[in-house]
Amino acid sequence: MDLNYSDEELAFRNEVRAFLNAELPSSISNKVKTGKRLSKDDMDRWHATLNARGWLAESWPVEYGGTGWDAVQQQIFDEETCAAGAPRTVPFGLKMLAPVLIKYGSEEQKEHYLPRILDGSDWWCQGYSEPGAGSDLASLKTRAVRDGDHYVVNGQKTWTTLGQYANKIFCLVRTSTEGKPQEGISFLLIDMDMPGVTVRPIVLLEGTHEVNEVFFDDVRVPVENLVGEENKGWTYAKYLLTHERTNIANVGANKVSLEHLKHVGTQQKMRGRPLIEDPVFAARLARIEMELDAMATTNLRLLSSPDSEANAGPMSSMLKIKGTEIRQALNDLTRRALGPYAMPFVSEALDAGYNEEPIGPDYAAPVSKEYFNNRKITIYGGSNEIQRGIISKMMMGL
Amino acid sequence: MDFNHTEDRVMLKDMVSRFLADNYPLEERHKAAESSEGFSREKWQAFAELGLIGALFSEEHGGFGGAGFDISVLFEELGRGLAVEPFLASAVLGGGALAQLGDQEQTKLIADVIAGDKLLALAHGEPDSRYDYSHVETTATADGNDWVLSGRKAVVLNGDSADQIIVTARNSGQSWDEDGITAFLVPSDTDGLDVRGYPTIDGLHAAEINLKTVRVGSEALLGEPGKAYPAIETAIARANVALASEAVGLMDICRDMTLEYLRTRKQFGVPIGKFQALQHRMATVLTEIEQARSAAINAAGRLELTRNEREKAVSSAKALAGQIGRLVAEEAIQMHGGIAMTWEYGLGHYAKRLIMIDHQFGDVDFHTARFVEFSRQAA
Repeated sequence: MDLNYSDEELAFRNEVRAFLNAELPSSISNKVKTGKRLSKDDMDRWHATLNARGWLAESWPVEYGGTGWDAVQQQIFDEETCAAGAPRTVPFGLKMLAPVLIKYGSEEQKEHYLPRILDGSDWWCQGYSEPGAGSDLASLKTRAVRDGDHYVVNGQKTWTTLGQYANKIFCLVRTSTEGKPQEGISFLLIDMDMPGVTVRPIVLLEGTHEVNEVFFDDVRVPVENLVGEENKGWTYAKYLLTHERTNIANVGANKVSLEHLKHVGTQQKMRGRPLIEDPVFAARLARIEMELDAMATTNLRLLSSPDSEANAGPMSSMLKIKGTEIRQALNDLTRRALGPYAMPFVSEALDAGYNEEPIGPDYAAPVSKEYFNNRKITIYGGSNEIQRGIISKMMMGL
Repeated sequence: MDFNHTEDRVMLKDMVSRFLADNYPLEERHKAAESSEGFSREKWQAFAELGLIGALFSEEHGGFGGAGFDISVLFEELGRGLAVEPFLASAVLGGGALAQLGDQEQTKLIADVIAGDKLLALAHGEPDSRYDYSHVETTATADGNDWVLSGRKAVVLNGDSADQIIVTARNSGQSWDEDGITAFLVPSDTDGLDVRGYPTIDGLHAAEINLKTVRVGSEALLGEPGKAYPAIETAIARANVALASEAVGLMDICRDMTLEYLRTRKQFGVPIGKFQALQHRMATVLTEIEQARSAAINAAGRLELTRNEREKAVSSAKALAGQIGRLVAEEAIQMHGGIAMTWEYGLGHYAKRLIMIDHQFGDVDFHTARFVEFSRQAA
């Protein structure tokens, strides 16, 4: 047991820092640090920068263009990129679809799609949830009916994050109504520009357009776009949900959020003294900091344990629960730290290039929006209640 | 970074675990706990022969360990076994303070401690000090070459069986000052030293110690007068790593017993583990235990860092041990239902120890405040 970074790990950290110093544009990191909205160009630009360095696909095997980093290296990379104000990479192609293709896709699919994910030719989105299939995902109804060399797809997906930018969507579709609901699901890759695909925005409670509805109306999808076997899609979907565990706890982003909260606490005043000196506030802050410090170790401990693959289900569920709870606690306390200045909300103030005088402290504008927006994190990716179900079922074996 | 234990520590862990499984059934533990001293001398000898006491001391002091992870590995197993022998009192607290403060002559005693032949205790806390590390009102007055000690010491772990008691007393400064605290090595049969031993609710033994003008010679003085505080703080830091690790061992047992119960106990025609109301709560318990384990590891791994880093990590571990210990103990009892309320079933004894750990060397609130204090100093 050694909690210190080795010389190699420290050298790696320096390498990452040097890269970020040289390659991360301040126009982008400033937006991230001040909670401003990122454009698609910003996201594409950072994607390309990482790809050029070979650091885009952290967790892919080296043979497909991945980094081959171990858990500690991935953690260092996560913490350094978050601290520097780099945008998170868009996960749908890189972290969700790619692992499924690598494990279950055909050679042709791997050869075709993986390079296109890396070079940005394809922007993937995820077609899982439906209006009637949320936590009970296996009840999904979008039908794919075989017709010669095509599947004809009809139905509706929802909560499709950044679907407005995507040219491709990976979907769970129903190919059979026989047997258990899980046994009739297939994993299908669909072009968004096919006739019959319609994307409609959903505006979230804090006013942002982040997610969409996607409608399929007699969309003809070539059969070679099926991943793996027909009716085995549930297995692949579960693999997808448990495989990408490295950043699931969001340690790097949580650490940045904690530092931001401390900064806010030193700037806000209470009876003429910094808020952070108020014992009640200080105790709330301390509780979160202690939890986060423990979680950083929990994260690495679970990810580097020799039986980590076997325990992927309950482990990723634990990390997801704890990571999201801590993030929400940070968002909550930051909002409360602002006092009345949590209320003003001028949406344009979150756009780059807004030049008006901020209302209240300069850090106030995005805080409540982030609090409300991050209510989503305990709901998506399998709600935390679903995660608890996974943990208890696996640990109890019932 | 490396999250695997060294081969030596894996061996230590396996050895303790096997010994406790083979030789430490709950009935014998209860018998020992109910004996006059609250533990078994025979078991203590056996532990000493296995080298377990020595594992808590550095080579410099005749042991073969003494690092944070030696403490954590050993105490996690002692927690699982619900052991009542005085590892914490004699080796970590008494031995730890003596190793830091004692001169060449005084530290010779450590060999006897490691051999299990002599027992130490640390008499530091007082009736009004609560958890405050530096609150000492017992007085030490120099009189020629002698010192005269007067005051009271509260809930001194295994104070009733110690051969020598390390007593802290104030020779200068105000009640809460870190400066001005002096430590003395006092034989327990010294005139005026009144020791009232008693059992604790979790099966251990402690003592109230009344010092009525206890006169000791200069050979009792440990280190420089008034300068004992840093050593006491370090000994308490090590004790808290031990306690946080013991708590993790206790939590593991509570978890395993509860999981087994949820699998097998049937109500309404199904195992109660089928009920979502219990599943979700159990998932929270399982997740939180991993957090407590991580915090204990962090503290063990940071014992040798700066004072600030050490104390923050220790407070973090102890606060989480207290908070999560209570969750685990209460949920384990609740999910078991009535059977957990019985003496015979066993779970309750783990739960009692788990809850009482929060009452030793600082509870959740104390360590949250202490964490804040050290965060402020660092800023």
